[in-house]
Amino acid sequence: MKLVTAIIKPFKLEEVRSALTDLGLQGMTVTEVKGYGRQKGHTEIYRGAEYAVSFLPKVKIEVVVPEGTVDKAVEAIVRTARTGQIGDGKIFVSPIEHAVRVRTGETDDSAI
Amino acid sequence: MSRATPRRIATLAVTALIGCLAAASAFAQTPAPPPTPNKGDVAWMLTASVLVLLMTVPGLALFYGGLVRTKNMLSMLMQVFFVVCIVCIIWVLYGYSLAFSEGGSLNAYVGGLSKAFLAGITPDSAAETFSNGVVIPEYVYICFQMTFACITPALIVGAMAERMKFSALVLFIPLWVTFVYFPIAHMVWYWAGPSAIVSAAKTLAAATGDAKTAAQAAMDAVTANAGLAYGWGALDFAGGTVVHINSGIAGLMGALLVGRRVGYGKEAMPPHSLTMTLIGAALLWVGWFGFNAGSALEAGGTAALAMLNTFVATAAAALAWMLAEKTAKGKPSLLGGASGAVAGLVAVTPAAGFAGPMGAIVLGIVAGFICMFFCSTIKNALGYDDALDVFGVHCIGGIIGAIGTGILAAPFLGGTGVFDYAAGKVADYDMVAQVIIQAKTVCLTLVWSGVGSFVLFNIVKLLVGLRPGTDQEREGLDLVDHGERAYNY
Repeated sequence: MKLVTAIIKPFKLEEVRSALTDLGLQGMTVTEVKGYGRQKGHTEIYRGAEYAVSFLPKVKIEVVVPEGTVDKAVEAIVRTARTGQIGDGKIFVSPIEHAVRVRTGETDDSAI
Repeated sequence: MSRATPRRIATLAVTALIGCLAAASAFAQTPAPPPTPNKGDVAWMLTASVLVLLMTVPGLALFYGGLVRTKNMLSMLMQVFFVVCIVCIIWVLYGYSLAFSEGGSLNAYVGGLSKAFLAGITPDSAAETFSNGVVIPEYVYICFQMTFACITPALIVGAMAERMKFSALVLFIPLWVTFVYFPIAHMVWYWAGPSAIVSAAKTLAAATGDAKTAAQAAMDAVTANAGLAYGWGALDFAGGTVVHINSGIAGLMGALLVGRRVGYGKEAMPPHSLTMTLIGAALLWVGWFGFNAGSALEAGGTAALAMLNTFVATAAAALAWMLAEKTAKGKPSLLGGASGAVAGLVAVTPAAGFAGPMGAIVLGIVAGFICMFFCSTIKNALGYDDALDVFGVHCIGGIIGAIGTGILAAPFLGGTGVFDYAAGKVADYDMVAQVIIQAKTVCLTLVWSGVGSFVLFNIVKLLVGLRPGTDQEREGLDLVDHGERAYNY
């Protein structure tokens, strides 16, 4: 099992969700986050008072997938979340040691 | 019975004859019966009063509320709301009397207490408008002027937004209206009224010989029965000095004495909801028609002129501010447009019934540019924290309007000129003299309100302190002063 964490532009969330669902993935966790990468921030001006806004709003998707599906999931996210503009986001893949479904007590692959 | 009848007829005949003679002589002395209010005027003034309340709550409250951070939203709403409520009560207790009654030896500066608790005023009492022989019920005049007394101190709170204790405000506002607002309103707006001047002028014109000296003395007494600035000849149609310069300079004093917000200039303090701010600005604009057009005190041509000016000056100032921002900063902002609209409304206030529509457009453009420059460049250069630009928009816009009124009232610039009640026609207009009078009135207001507010803020500081603790300020005044938060989601 792997945890795929993707940070994407908020308006791409629906496309990504739909692509991952098409792969047969049964769930995901989404968080509204703020951050910056190469895109940096921007400047806002209110009646002459200038503020540098360093952290931009993004969406973080976390989805745990079986080993065999990882590449397909990553490919699906890259395909749907890409605009070609700076600030499209990042994907991180990390190992998961153990998983349990709370309702039934099932574990690992059958729990996700 | 049969003998009594002829006597009774004779008695009736004599009584009728005496009655006719009495009526004829009364007719000769007082040609007109006391004027009765016109229902159209009354309906409009009732409506205008409510429109001015709409400017303050919710208009000004939302305009200011949107500009502060989430943690201070309720404190802003609450401060404006509180000011309206407390001033309504003070106004009927003694405020109306101090502003709009004859003040004896202090009449140049403040009214007396003859109408305290609205003594002697009934539904039949009448207040004169600006036309001889036209009146409205005094109760509606009291309501209309009450709403002005409410909004003026409410404007001040924006300058000390996010960092003034509620308890300090509770103490400050009653003191400020008593020692600053009521006297300034009296100085600029109190006069004997048209009918007294017209009848004194008639007596003077008819008098000869010794009677002429007496009639001249009576005429002088009537003209002298006015506030200081009114006596000078100051023009302030709807409150450029009384409301805007007055509150703007008080706000600057407050901002300086309370000090900058914690983190000012280092931390980001962007407005939490410009949506609310636009709703507030739009309600201000709508309500301002009551403020400016209502200041004609009648539903007539002057009110219509004031309404038209309030449309075009506001639009011109909003466009000017947006254009200035686009040129200077690269992007026109909504907040800039809304601020420009308010600056235009402020500037056109004293000119609303005097300037022509084309003059009002010029006034709006000038106000939009100068206020924008003041709120961005000059404020940042001087480093004071006038949080919501009460000084930059209301005081500066008010000064532009007050001086501009002296220029734009000129008939050759499309203005109305000044009506001479004694002569019964529009007087010859001397622009230079009028501008000097306007400037004197601006200075009078700046000094009276500036010094008065400085003293009153210091008194409040000694008694209860002006600011919450730094930790409390960081936590936000909503929780600290009111124990609630604006948004729970």
